[in-house]
Amino acid sequence: MDSLLGRISFIALAMAAASSALAADAPKSIRIGYAISLSGVNAQGAATTTLPGYDLWVKDVNDKGGIMVKEFGKRIPVEVVAKYDDTSNAETLLRLEEKLMTQDKVDFVLPPWSTGFNLAVAPIFAKYGYPQLAVTANANDEEQLVKQFPTLFFFLNQPMHFGAALISVLDTLKSAGKINDKVVLLSVGDQFGAEFAAGFGAGLKGSGYDIVLQKSYPLGAADLTNEIKEAKSSGADTFIAGSYPPDTFMLAGTAITQGYNPKVYYTAVGTAFAEFGGAFKGKADGVFGIGGWDPNLPGAQDYYKRQVALTGHAPDGWASPVTYASLQILVQAIEKAGTLDRKKVLDAIANDGPWDTISGPIDLKTHIREKQWGVGQWQNGQFVGVSPSDMAGAQPVMFPKPAW
Amino acid sequence: MVGEDKPFPTRAALAIGSLVTLVVLLAALPWLLSDYGLSFMVSVMSYLVLTVAWALFSGPTRLVSLATSAFFGVGMYTVAMLIKLMPLYATFAVALGVGALLAGVVGVLTLRIAGMFFVIFGFGLSEMIRQLMVWWEINKTHTMGRYVFVPFDATLIYEHLLGLAVIVFFVGWQLRRARLGLALMVIGEDETVARQVGVNVPFAKVAIFVVSAMFMTMTGALMAPRYGFINPNFAFNPLVSFQVVIMAFLGGLQRLWGPALGVIPLIILSELLQTEFPFWFSVLLGIVFMVIVYFLPRGVTGLIEDGWKALGRPLELQRGLTGPLVDAWGWMSRPIILPRGIAGAIEDVWVKIAPQTKGRR
Repeated sequence: MDSLLGRISFIALAMAAASSALAADAPKSIRIGYAISLSGVNAQGAATTTLPGYDLWVKDVNDKGGIMVKEFGKRIPVEVVAKYDDTSNAETLLRLEEKLMTQDKVDFVLPPWSTGFNLAVAPIFAKYGYPQLAVTANANDEEQLVKQFPTLFFFLNQPMHFGAALISVLDTLKSAGKINDKVVLLSVGDQFGAEFAAGFGAGLKGSGYDIVLQKSYPLGAADLTNEIKEAKSSGADTFIAGSYPPDTFMLAGTAITQGYNPKVYYTAVGTAFAEFGGAFKGKADGVFGIGGWDPNLPGAQDYYKRQVALTGHAPDGWASPVTYASLQILVQAIEKAGTLDRKKVLDAIANDGPWDTISGPIDLKTHIREKQWGVGQWQNGQFVGVSPSDMAGAQPVMFPKPAW
Repeated sequence: MVGEDKPFPTRAALAIGSLVTLVVLLAALPWLLSDYGLSFMVSVMSYLVLTVAWALFSGPTRLVSLATSAFFGVGMYTVAMLIKLMPLYATFAVALGVGALLAGVVGVLTLRIAGMFFVIFGFGLSEMIRQLMVWWEINKTHTMGRYVFVPFDATLIYEHLLGLAVIVFFVGWQLRRARLGLALMVIGEDETVARQVGVNVPFAKVAIFVVSAMFMTMTGALMAPRYGFINPNFAFNPLVSFQVVIMAFLGGLQRLWGPALGVIPLIILSELLQTEFPFWFSVLLGIVFMVIVYFLPRGVTGLIEDGWKALGRPLELQRGLTGPLVDAWGWMSRPIILPRGIAGAIEDVWVKIAPQTKGRR
């Protein structure tokens, strides 16, 4: 009896001690760190697409009291303990990531901006076992890369998929006899423009289109009037430009002043920016662009409003919501794994999907987000996804583009 | 005999001994430092080689070269392009050859260019190669970016860079005692005089340019596995050229070890700014550069030399608080001079130019 009582009381004491130890062990915050381009050539892109999402996410999570971590039995707030500037220099970025992981010992590292930088740091994330939710990155060899770096996840389509999505839009219109087979293909004289024109031009020819005008213009061109005039006199119904934000805006402005109204008008990067809709008001309606999102998904509109309220900047209709969605996945994976152990969280991210996000359900079993928007269109003041047309929430194409 | 000669060999032995100890200590660092500390040292060591190599050429000839990133990039990109075709060390050898060849051609082409034009040429060279590689990748290979994933980790990179640093110091030290070094000094002072006294100016300039470029190329090649993912924009980063010039100026060019003194403070400063004041990096770095140019024209070496001299000088009486007061009073009591405006500035410039033009005739 005596010994039994003693044993029971001992066990009770031990349990009490263990539970108090458990509570004491809970960290006061989940330590988050990131290195991103706050200065240099990449700073604008990082500031537009990525940083507002990081800020909003931290606020949203902490407004709820933090992330529920089962092993500590309570919600733990997130805290950005380190925020570094890679100065748009790859070597600096590598060093700062190593500092975050080995010196600052943060729990999770948010990814840098741009394809090149995400690929550059992939070996470091893999070496130290940090999940890398690389949103602003895409490459044609994604499948091989995720095998090489088991910590890497891709959220954007491979470049070749964007062309395929656009050609399927054109095919539907052409087979209905709504557009002729003539196409104007402009591109900015940079790596993106050249890759776009090469891949997309081949795809168009393969599908029986006639490229009546193919031209590239220099990055930072100050005037594109000649290009628009040539396009106007080419007799093509379809205008496609593999453009970057500055020229995306300039092409639209020039087309308006020149009264150029092709039935299909497509520009690439920057079309999805909220500023594009803001700059051209109702005139933007009918314009196609790269990317797309579904504003009717649960939480999407609310996210839009919260983002504007916090940063004063509207998110774009392509990678901004995906950035936020990737962080929603991180939260859910931590809660599912019930721990801050990165290996277990990593397994959860890959295997316990699909995850609910403002960009719809996302499954990362292959480490690559499979189904996503390739082409969007401005409709009634919003940039919505139209292709691939079998995506849930795909809007019917607005055709022809109303005159400017 | 032996007894008389004793002080000299002992001094030399002491110097060699301490240098060897320093190198051994540096070589042991990877096993003493954290991963982050090591990657910091890789950065220091790579800039050390670049800056000392830069000073090999630009120090004596006084030609400011912005071609550093061109050679660094050529080394790095050659490795990136060949890594799938041959072993790593073979790519290093090819890179070295390509860098030397390029430096030879560029050296001959720029023989007659001096001053401002040489600066622009170096910058243009790096940009031109970068654009050329972008064009090549887009039109010929249809990809941007190459992977150099090889088992050549930070420790190995660091040890190789350390070896390269030892070699570049040795070459610089030998150069200062060799005829070529003397010839370069004379060229830097006055090229016409150099020709008059029989210096083979074209050979001397091209030779040292090639040697300096080979060290830069090798640094780029060694750093390729560190980057892992390489595209022309990463490899040919003009910032590298500028940073090397600023580090060399900060350190001071008058001594072989001068540039080294500029590398460490600038890397520590950059690191501090990037991590502690991320939003102010560019602004603060700009201010620091201006301070260097205005207040440290002879670099850290100049400070040390001045300090050494000051120690040997007899003490002057301090003027204390009264000093500035006396100065201020003197300034206040001076009559106000009417500003002379743009016309005044033109006059000043004219006065400076006029006697020179007369002198040349």
